[in-house]
Amino acid sequence: MSHNVPAELRYSKSDEWVRTEGDELVIGVSDFAQDQLGDIVYLELPKVGQILAPGDSFGVIESVKASSDLYAPVGGEVVAVNGDLESSQEAINQDPYGAGWLIRVRPSGAEEELLDAEAYAVFCADRAH
Amino acid sequence: MNSHYISITEAERAEMLAAIGVADTADLFVDIPAEKRFPTLDLPAPLSEPELVRELLAMSGQNAHALNQSIFLGAGAYNHFVPAAVDQILRRGEFFTAYTPYQPEISQGTLQSIFEYQSLICSLTGMEIANASHYDGATAIAEAAIMALNVVRGRRKIVVARNVNPQYRAVLRTYLQALDATVTGDESPDAGIDDALALVDDQTALLIVQNPDFLGRLHDLRGLAAQVQAKGALLCVHFDPISLGLFQTPGELGADIATAEGQPLGIGLNFGGPYLGIFTTKQKYVHKIAGRIVGITKDVDGQLAYVLTLRAREQDIRRERATSNICTNQALMALAATVYMSLMGKQGMRKVAELCYHRAHYAATEIAKLPGYRLLGDGPFFKEFAVGLPRPAAEVNAALRAQGIVGGFDLSADEPQFGNAMLLAVTEMNSRADIDRLVGVLRDVG
Repeated sequence: MSHNVPAELRYSKSDEWVRTEGDELVIGVSDFAQDQLGDIVYLELPKVGQILAPGDSFGVIESVKASSDLYAPVGGEVVAVNGDLESSQEAINQDPYGAGWLIRVRPSGAEEELLDAEAYAVFCADRAH
Repeated sequence: MNSHYISITEAERAEMLAAIGVADTADLFVDIPAEKRFPTLDLPAPLSEPELVRELLAMSGQNAHALNQSIFLGAGAYNHFVPAAVDQILRRGEFFTAYTPYQPEISQGTLQSIFEYQSLICSLTGMEIANASHYDGATAIAEAAIMALNVVRGRRKIVVARNVNPQYRAVLRTYLQALDATVTGDESPDAGIDDALALVDDQTALLIVQNPDFLGRLHDLRGLAAQVQAKGALLCVHFDPISLGLFQTPGELGADIATAEGQPLGIGLNFGGPYLGIFTTKQKYVHKIAGRIVGITKDVDGQLAYVLTLRAREQDIRRERATSNICTNQALMALAATVYMSLMGKQGMRKVAELCYHRAHYAATEIAKLPGYRLLGDGPFFKEFAVGLPRPAAEVNAALRAQGIVGGFDLSADEPQFGNAMLLAVTEMNSRADIDRLVGVLRDVG
């Protein structure tokens, strides 16, 4: 099954995506991630103001069959958290790059090694047998 | 070395020996000194089945048990009646030998019985959700503490009132010893619930109180939940399931968590176990609790079905991020409690509670009249009360044992400030004649 991998985004090897919006970054989990996890039932997200370093766990995403850490693809300060997800986690499954956004970050400049869309698509294809 | 219990053939044995390069089975035992290989066991001659039955009955006939003794011992486990229907249903092979119901397709009976248990417990306690149970009341309290540390992030203090069963407080400390958490509130013998409440601050995750408490005393806990929650902490009320036949439920009190030892619900004394850990809380905390949860859903054909749910909480799925290593329940005991509660119903639960309440008060009143004996505490109580004695509890109990009576719990180790004292429990199993006989022996001893 082919997954949606928008060209303008960058991706981490732990399946988070990053979108630049002005001087903030928006972060979520990829279509591949939501498909692997299955129906999302629960989220633990950070508080606004929390400082993240690249690679830090910034929360937990839980589906009916698994529980996974969320890893910060970039460093920075959390400036917003998607509160709508508390009552409608299914947005992550249905619209992972839009309504399913998780956090907004004011970047510190530090980043994990991120992949472009093409490299990430290959990375997913290698894993999804 | 042939035996009809060993199923391999001579040919198979020879093949195995050849594969490992051994000539004879006896060669496998050369490391054991020859004189030790076949020791003389000096057993008596074998008996036929009827002879064996007679011999074992003679031995077991010496046992004192709950139905042939007058028992006034409680302190966490109680001599309540176990209806015959409980054992009959538990002994059904489908329940008795069933394993954890991981495969809902073949486990609907087990799953439904656990769902009914959860529902009955919610009905009894007025709490929003119950899990499928823990091992016992002590570990249920420990899980409440671990849960609170996870719910109220950044706080590491657990306040536990002195009035909670001392064994449960010890288990709580054992469970928390490897965690970055402190347990406090019960250090002073005179500390009451108000003293524990005074310790609740912005570092506290949870306050744990017991009602009726370890000494049987009833407390008015109205307003306590609000006071605790105002400090941002949670309240756990540890209750007696029989007491809820008469008194205000933890749900009505607004408790965040309510735990109990479920042994009084159709589970015998069993030499101290297996027992039943009842655990309930609010719906909003469901992702933070340990233990199994059974849910109700629809299968692919739209039919009602039961299933283990919210599995991603549990250690076999979540591994090191799970809040607890518990991923099991006390299924057979939960079933016993379910059968008991179903048989008793609302009216029966009330009746048992009334009998316990009135008989305990009758016993207390009669004992208070005896010279040398005094009731410790003068407030309301349920099923149990502490009594000051004219002689050490061990001596009093020895005298009672000689009369076929099991006396109360010796309080000298846990509450030495009382001097010679014991905790007496009176249930629906103690007739008025039983109680009068107890009082008579106590009078003679004093």
